Formats: sequence, structure tokens, C-alpha cells
Amino acid sequence: MKARTYGRHLRESFKSIGRNGWMTFASVSAVTVTLLLVGVFMVLMLNMNKVATDIEKDVEVRVLLEIGTEKAQVEEIDKKINQISGVESVEYSSKEEELQNLVKDLGDDFRLFEQDNPLYDVFIVKAEDPRDTGKIAAEVSKYEGVNEALYGEAKIERLFNVLEMSRNVGLVLIIGLLFTAMFLISNTIKITIVARRREIEIMKLVGATNWFVRWPFILEGLWLGILGSIIPIALVTTGYYYAYEFIKPKLQNHFIQILDFTPFIYQVNGLILLMGCLIGAWGSFMSVRKFLKV
Amino acid sequence: MIEMKDVYKQYSNGVMAANGFNVHIKQGEFVYVVGPSGAGKSTFIKMMYREEKPSKGDIIVNGINLAKLKNSRVPYLRRNVGVVFQDFKLLPSLTIYENIAFALEVIEEHPKQIKKRVMEVLDLVGLKHKARMLPNELSGGEQQRVSIARSIVNTPKLVIADEPTGNLDPETSWDIMNILEDISNRGTTVIMATHNREIVNTIKHRVIAIENGRIVRDEQRGDYGYES
Repeated sequence: MKARTYGRHLRESFKSIGRNGWMTFASVSAVTVTLLLVGVFMVLMLNMNKVATDIEKDVEVRVLLEIGTEKAQVEEIDKKINQISGVESVEYSSKEEELQNLVKDLGDDFRLFEQDNPLYDVFIVKAEDPRDTGKIAAEVSKYEGVNEALYGEAKIERLFNVLEMSRNVGLVLIIGLLFTAMFLISNTIKITIVARRREIEIMKLVGATNWFVRWPFILEGLWLGILGSIIPIALVTTGYYYAYEFIKPKLQNHFIQILDFTPFIYQVNGLILLMGCLIGAWGSFMSVRKFLKV
Repeated sequence: MIEMKDVYKQYSNGVMAANGFNVHIKQGEFVYVVGPSGAGKSTFIKMMYREEKPSKGDIIVNGINLAKLKNSRVPYLRRNVGVVFQDFKLLPSLTIYENIAFALEVIEEHPKQIKKRVMEVLDLVGLKHKARMLPNELSGGEQQRVSIARSIVNTPKLVIADEPTGNLDPETSWDIMNILEDISNRGTTVIMATHNREIVNTIKHRVIAIENGRIVRDEQRGDYGYES
């Protein structure tokens, strides 16, 4: 196709947007509402994902060693834990260190225990996949010299299930919304196409190729998609900016963090724009299809 | 130029519109296609520019077998076939000039060339002075002349006219015939489906009569042959 022809298609697509003012408005509103919902969902989901990974990362097995275990046996246990498949790291922490941590977290009152330390020496074990935590704990608790292997057990398992489910539900919702938007845009463009049926018929009769007929409509859909993504991008950006400013200080020094404003918001905006373009172009591609059979 | 060999066409509703067409039309011929409504005239004509595809048999136009032509190649076939309709099929929002130029724009002709060709064909149909008017500012006969101008603007070897005088009064019809004659005299093949007995009987050409999906008569310099 010649460069001049692309120019023509561009002009035609703009002309059509102007000519179908109200239909354009309707399509753009439909895309705006959908993309806004999708955008908000996306921000929530990705942050939830982030929080979930943070929590997962923090999951660890605390292996309490029997009081008075020989040094050789401690080393033996260390070796054995390291050999379990799926173990990422094993860290030793003596009961003195444990007490220091406790004092740091809970206050000087706990210095009382320095006289008679009631704590255990521990191994802190992290799993490569947090979901293996339970298995590892069960394995380790069988070793000689191990008093107990602790991890959140039921609580953690339930958390994983909830996270998994909400991820899937969010994904399904986003996909459903995108399809709705595509359907809406395709219907609105169909109405503008019906009005131009005759034009398409004549074009085909004088020897226009299908792509020649299609291009202006696809471009029109593309513009509708881009116009429709402006407001969602603006709202999601400002919304996240304020949410971030509000939440971030409250999570200081906490192991859970939300996603940083940049580059996260640019990625989300890019995705919103991309989805706008895709639903616009694809929607009009689908609706013009029927009218090409002349 | 055009050859049909045992062409059958059955529509999805079961109607047999073509029951074995066998016909040969030479380059430069002027052919009338006559017959009662619903006899298969339109199917006969529509198959020549692949608006309809035959169910069986071969149709060869300009050396291309339309029965085997891929859908994606159909546009290129149509660039060598001009089509004129009873209802003109002009775009009401475009001027006369733009309507004709449209046919060249869609085949990506050079703008300079478009201007030259459009003025030439407008001159040929005698409407140069109305180039800037809109179709509904013209009479029916004038609109049909525009549609003929559009059909020949890319110098096709074949012009197909489906009842070009069907919506026109007798006097205007003669004007249209003069233009078609003119086009034919320049070596273009013209195939015209018509119900106009007077024209067929006055300007003598080959007549193909179709009834019930069959060619029942094919005569050089024939008559209309039906009571109208």
C-alpha cells in the first residue's frame, strides 16, 4: 500500500469520528468506564500480589533445638536441613541472639530474662517456594535433637488459599470487563458502519481490497480506544498517588510494602493504553467483517 | 473474452438460478440479456464480476477462471470490469467529481492521473459542467451517466449494465444507450440486462434470452421477443 493511501485512511478515520459525534461519545464513554474499572482492579491486584509475595517471603520455619544439644549434633542437624529439597537458606541463631531480638522488638522489660534465659537455640529455615514450608517443618520435626518446628501452620495455609483465589477471581473479572468493552465498541462502530454500508459496497464493486476498506475503521477504533483511556489513566494515576502517599508512611519499617509509585504507575498506564488500543481496533475489525462480503 | 462452460448456480434456499449456462462472448461485443424477472438474468450478470460464485462449471473472464479465483483476488478482477446499476449507486454526500474519482482512489491511482481521467470521462458523458454538483441535484438520466462514467474511468475491457434504463423515462434511456454504444464502439465489451423492448428492437445487437436458468435463445441482431 502506498504512503499516500495511509494518509487517506488517516483523514477518513478522523472525518468519521467527527461525523459520528454522538456515537463517538458513546463508544469513548464505554471504553472509559471499562478501562477505569480494569485499571483500578489491576492496581489492587498487583499490589495484593506484592503484599502476598512479601508475606510469603516472610514465612519461615523456626526449628527449636532441645536444650543441651551437643554442638556436633547441632552441626549434624544443620547439614540435614540443608539437604532437604526446596530449602533456600538455613540460619542459626543462639538463644542469646534470640533474646536480644526480643528485647529490641518488645522493650527493655525483657532484659529480666537475661538472668535465666528461657529461650531455645533455633534454626531459621526459609523455603524456596513458601508453599513447601509445611512439608519442611514436618520433616525437620522428626530429627533427633529438635524440640519443635514452628510455622504459622493453618493460618498460613489459609492465607495462601485466599491469595490464590483472589488472584484468579481478579483475573477473571478483568478478562470479563475487557470482553464487555470490546462488545460495546464493536456494537457502536457497527452502527456507524451500517450508515456507510453503501459506501463499502461501492468501494468493493470498483475493486477496493478488503484491507483498503478496513483500515479507516480500524484506525477509528484505535482513536476511540485511545480517547477512552485518557480519563482512566488520569484517575488511576492521581488516585494511586494519593493512596501511595497515605499508605506508605504507615508501612515504614514493616516487611509488607506496596508497589512504588514509579515505575509501577507507568507500567499500569501503558497497559491501560494498550488495552484501549486493542479493544478499539479489534472491536472495529470484528464489526466491519460482515459488511465486506459484496 | 468471456466464456461460460456448464455453469450451475444453486442458492442456499434451493433455487436453481443457473441450469447449465454455455456461452461465449468476444471482445468488443454488445450483448443484451433479456428474459422475465426471476429467470436468472441477474445471476448470469452477477457471476461475471464475482458477486455470485457458480456452484459448478467454469467462467473465464479476461483469461481468469472466476470459479477458481480466490476471494482475495476478486478486487483485482473488478478493476477490469465496470458495473452500472439500475439504482446508480452513487454516494449522496460526494460531488459528481468525487464520486467518479472515488473509483480511482480505492485502486490507489496517482492524484494527477485521477484528475485527468475523471475530467475525460465527464466530458465523454457530457457532464463536465456539473462536476461540482451533488448527485441529488441531477436528474435520473444524468445520475446514470455519472454512474457510467464511474464504471469506465479505469478503462475496463468489460462493462456490465444491470437494467441501466430501468428507472429512466424513454427519452433519457436513449441518451444512456448512445453513451453505451459509444463505449462499445471504442472496443469495450458491453453486457446489458434489460426489459426495454423498444431499445432491443431498435438498436440491434446480439440477444441472449434466459428462462428458468437456461439460455433459450442466442441470436446475433436478435429481437426482444417478449410481450411487454
